[in-house]
Amino acid sequence: METPQAVQGTPAGAAVPSEIRSLIAKAKSSVGDGVFFALCAFAAVLIVLVIAGLIGQLIASSQLSIHKFGTSFLTSKVWDPVNEEYGAATFLYGTVVSSLLGLLLALPLSLGIAVFLVEVSGQTMRTILSFLVETLAAIPSIVYGVWGIFVMVPYIQEHVAMPLSEKFGESIPFLAGPAMGPSMLSASCILVVMILPIITSISRDVMLSIPMSQREAALALGSTKWESIKIVLANARWGILGAIILGLGRALGETMAVTLVIGNSPQISSSILQPAYTMASVIANEFTEATSEMYTSALIEVGLVLLITTFVVNMLARLLVWSVARRTSTGGRS
Amino acid sequence: MSERRLHFSRATILRRKITNNLMIGLCAVCVLLALIPLALILFYTVREGIGAINLEFFTHLPKPVGETGGGMANAIVGTLIMMGMSAMIGVPVGILCGVYLSEYGRNRFASVVRFLVEVMSGLPSIIVGIFTYALVVKPMGRFSAYAGAVALAVLMIPTITKTTDELLKLVPNTLREAALALGAPQWIVNTRIVLRAAAKGIVTAVMLSVARVAGETAPLLFTAMNNRFWHNTLDQPIASLPVQIYTYATSPYDDWHAQAWAGATVLIVIVFVLSVVVRVVSGGKFTVQQ
Repeated sequence: METPQAVQGTPAGAAVPSEIRSLIAKAKSSVGDGVFFALCAFAAVLIVLVIAGLIGQLIASSQLSIHKFGTSFLTSKVWDPVNEEYGAATFLYGTVVSSLLGLLLALPLSLGIAVFLVEVSGQTMRTILSFLVETLAAIPSIVYGVWGIFVMVPYIQEHVAMPLSEKFGESIPFLAGPAMGPSMLSASCILVVMILPIITSISRDVMLSIPMSQREAALALGSTKWESIKIVLANARWGILGAIILGLGRALGETMAVTLVIGNSPQISSSILQPAYTMASVIANEFTEATSEMYTSALIEVGLVLLITTFVVNMLARLLVWSVARRTSTGGRS
Repeated sequence: MSERRLHFSRATILRRKITNNLMIGLCAVCVLLALIPLALILFYTVREGIGAINLEFFTHLPKPVGETGGGMANAIVGTLIMMGMSAMIGVPVGILCGVYLSEYGRNRFASVVRFLVEVMSGLPSIIVGIFTYALVVKPMGRFSAYAGAVALAVLMIPTITKTTDELLKLVPNTLREAALALGAPQWIVNTRIVLRAAAKGIVTAVMLSVARVAGETAPLLFTAMNNRFWHNTLDQPIASLPVQIYTYATSPYDDWHAQAWAGATVLIVIVFVLSVVVRVVSGGKFTVQQ
């Protein structure tokens, strides 16, 4: 390759350094490129290592318990550290029931809020209300727990649980007494407030992406506002389902707030006014106290079960939200 | 005949109007119902907490049971230290991984990483605690600030990576092409052009993730543990605000409950100040200093 200097007839001595200089510059940039790429790729590999290490670690550390108890770990209700007998059924029950109950209560609320934000309120009000609802998500879980244990639990016991069990306790096993403050109901109530923001904000975004023409068509045919909203909701159903499952995933893994208000008693009771125990709570409470290897191993297996549950739930939700995001067209409300 | 039909449709219209107003009214009620717990939580936390917040709270160690007063100075400092340390691990890894996904990520490996980042963002924080216990605490033989920081960093990374990835994709290709055409090597383009164009959003994501981990308790329970005294070095158990609040809230003493409320107030203030800074940053103009 000829250097421009050589063509212009400048002395050859001057051309060499410039050629070298450009070579050096080239080498430098390729070194820089290589280094920067290596750094980025290293970070990506690190993510893979962390997840692989996490799953591998949980499986390896729970071998002792997996071998001893096998599948009966999931069905046995015995949790007896003294005699080294462990079963996670009570925790599985507590986690699933408290989360589903919370979801059941949070769903109508979140949908109502999302509808109000998208279809009823104006731009300014939507921004303000969205900010307030998202503030709920910014409050740390431990603060929910402190508020729950000192304010909400006594209130629920006196004004909700006791009247309910007095009136319906004998006829409906769900509400059988004696009504306790720290209970499945309290845990579900605190979960409602905690998962409400995520369900609301995703549903809101999905509804905002529904084309304006859908509403206009409904209104032009003479439907009322609510009837047009029903059409929007029908169109947004898969995205909303994704939001619900994502909220469920959040509820399943929630630890501190639930630990403080659920009563931490390993039992399966048909009444939601009785204390219960969740998988996350038992790990939080007993992990540092686990004295024997089998105890630790059993707790880690509880963690493994929790991981698998949340993983499946989250993947289901992501697939739904993604498939909706791919299909949504432009032209929604903004 | 026609009269009857008119009469019938009037009734229908009335019914539909009533349904309409009722349902929209119910939606408004839902909004109010959601705002009530928000107001109650903030009200109670500040009301109960403000009494125990004084200079002593920020400058003194916790007092033993029975003695009134004392503070959470060590826990506040511990939380700030672990926030800083976890940011030092989590921010570079998170951003670099985001750059990888956006700028070099047109291959199979990148889609695997993208999937794993999703998995990571859904991990229950208590599981991250167990993992860090096995990874750091067990080999070291003791609870430490390092372990706490690693656990928090793992929780921080997915948010930062996802946002970086999404924001870098929004940077127009013409910017990259123009820089490359001027002879800039790829890495200069990525660091000085692409990342800089998305700097505002990335800073927002970093602040939000730091604010999030500031309130995390579960992953610290068996990584950083707790410490009633000042930590001498970072390879020792260290106090943190959330764990201290948890310890106090579950104790049977009224003095400690008041301290727990005060701690909760300080924690909320820290998280909200960070959120407000994020709003200011993302609303105002921001450039990265070279």
